[in-house]
Amino acid sequence: MDEQRFLEYVQSGGQVETTDRMPDDYRSKLVKFIEMHGNSELMGVLPEREWILRAPTLQRKLALTAKVQDEVGHSQLIYRVVEDLGKPREQCLADLISGKSKFHNVFHYPTKTWGDVGVIAWLVDAAAIISQKALLKCSYAPYARIMKKICWEESFHILHGRDVVLTMMNGTDEQRELVQEALNRWWGPLMQFHGNPISKEDDPMYIWRIKSQGNEEARQQFLDGYVPQIWELGLTVPDPKLRKSDDGVWEYSEPDWDELKHVVTGHGPKTQERLEFRRKFLEQEAWVRSVVLAEAA
Amino acid sequence: MSEKVQKIVEIADDELILGWRDSEWTGIAPSLEEDVAFSSIAQNEIGHARALYELAARELGTDADTLAFDRDPGEYLSAPLVEERRMDWAHTIARHFLYETADEIRLAALKDSDDAEVAGLAAKMDREEQYHRLHARMWRDRLQDEPRFVDALEELWPAAVAVLPEELRPQMSERLQLDLPSNSLLRGFERGSHSEELRPLLDEMTMVRRSVPGATW
Amino acid sequence: MIFEVFRQEKKGAAFAHAGSVEAPDATFAHAYAHEQYGRRQESEALWVVPRDAIHEVHDFHDELHQTYHRVDGYPLKEKLRLARERAGGTAKSVDALSAGGG
Repeated sequence: MDEQRFLEYVQSGGQVETTDRMPDDYRSKLVKFIEMHGNSELMGVLPEREWILRAPTLQRKLALTAKVQDEVGHSQLIYRVVEDLGKPREQCLADLISGKSKFHNVFHYPTKTWGDVGVIAWLVDAAAIISQKALLKCSYAPYARIMKKICWEESFHILHGRDVVLTMMNGTDEQRELVQEALNRWWGPLMQFHGNPISKEDDPMYIWRIKSQGNEEARQQFLDGYVPQIWELGLTVPDPKLRKSDDGVWEYSEPDWDELKHVVTGHGPKTQERLEFRRKFLEQEAWVRSVVLAEAA
Repeated sequence: MSEKVQKIVEIADDELILGWRDSEWTGIAPSLEEDVAFSSIAQNEIGHARALYELAARELGTDADTLAFDRDPGEYLSAPLVEERRMDWAHTIARHFLYETADEIRLAALKDSDDAEVAGLAAKMDREEQYHRLHARMWRDRLQDEPRFVDALEELWPAAVAVLPEELRPQMSERLQLDLPSNSLLRGFERGSHSEELRPLLDEMTMVRRSVPGATW
Repeated sequence: MIFEVFRQEKKGAAFAHAGSVEAPDATFAHAYAHEQYGRRQESEALWVVPRDAIHEVHDFHDELHQTYHRVDGYPLKEKLRLARERAGGTAKSVDALSAGGG
């Protein structure tokens, strides 16, 4: 199938399997996009992992451990898809820790308090589930299929996050303040999360139908779904321009696109520390993989 | 604290502290598949701790979280084996294997308890522990010729024996075909003494809970 | 080694492909599949199969339109109408049959 026919095929809703012939450009775009998703799940573990150890009740500890476990499980599913497209897991991990490949902006920031733990699980996961639900329609079928399990598990994370936030909002003034401060810290990165508002017709990931929605579409969906939920708790969104216009479109202050670019290219406040942490354990436990996997290879 | 409650809290503390230690691997285990598997084991251990604390809490007129989080470090009844920070896979698996062996012996005794509630809970826990034992054995089989693992087993053996009350120790020795350590080797590992690493663990564990006293989380 | 995992959601349901795990042998693969595809009690049972054991078969062509394999190969509607006409009033209606047999 030549490239033009393949393009028409995916644009008319056609789906592609691992063993199907596909243009090189499609395959390399898939690897890049899916690998970044896998990296994000794996790096997304680190801002929350340390709070597993500090969770303030047994129930919270269990729920947070299960959430982080899900994220590792997602990275396993996603890297398996990348691997079947031709890039081995070891290579993905090597490119991640050397800074060659990227991961989502929100996982480059510190988690300062238990308030952040709630806001991340509620709102970062809400933003992520919007992107991931759109991927259920991805033209690459093996990726679309695992997204079902991923979305199902993410829905528990949002419940957990909302429960953490609601409990704190029903608590002392100090606890309420922890939530507001966390929201203030996370709002900027959340608004950058879905990317700059390029037209989807110019987005190569949309052209190949790897993505099925544009960046701004996803952001509007996030605002529409979650701003009312934030407001009803008496929290303030730190953007004086935020409002829903009469035609139903959310208006907001221009997100800091320079910050987004700076952060995802390896210059976030926690980027280097987290990559170093991952590098340390990958190296320290390399012997286990060689003992266990070498003889099986 | 009655003898019965004391015994329950001992096991609960072991499960809580080991579950806490094992959950340190969630997100950074040697492979992604192992990460998921080992995290389930950590969660089960915390889950067992919670069920045991609930049982003890009814007798003591308190609740599980209060028992788990709000005691002074000196009041914890955990064995030193589970308290140490062992962030390398050879020691983690050696401890896991030894602890599961000891725990199987302890649970078997508990299942014969005259107290129906205790016996019933022990039977429930034992069913989940079967997965843990399968996991521990498959790793032992894989690593048994690996010097790091052999050394770790030898190093942790006295502390592992000390998890059990004296009358159950011969079973442990028989099961693993290892001689019981002398009393001088056991010193420092007996229940009642604590590793230096317990206090920093408890400090971190209670950090959020202590930050706003009396709050609900 | 890669093992493919098939999952049965509830008793009686067909096993459907769930995903795959990387493991050194079947014992590890079972343990890993158990947690990756069943930890939320979402599975009744799993099949864990070495990928090498799976043979994919494709290329199903029907160039000569062998319609007897398909529903559209059986245009019963028109034939039934003709047959009913021919039977005319001599055949009992379905309603009468079921009433009589009750």
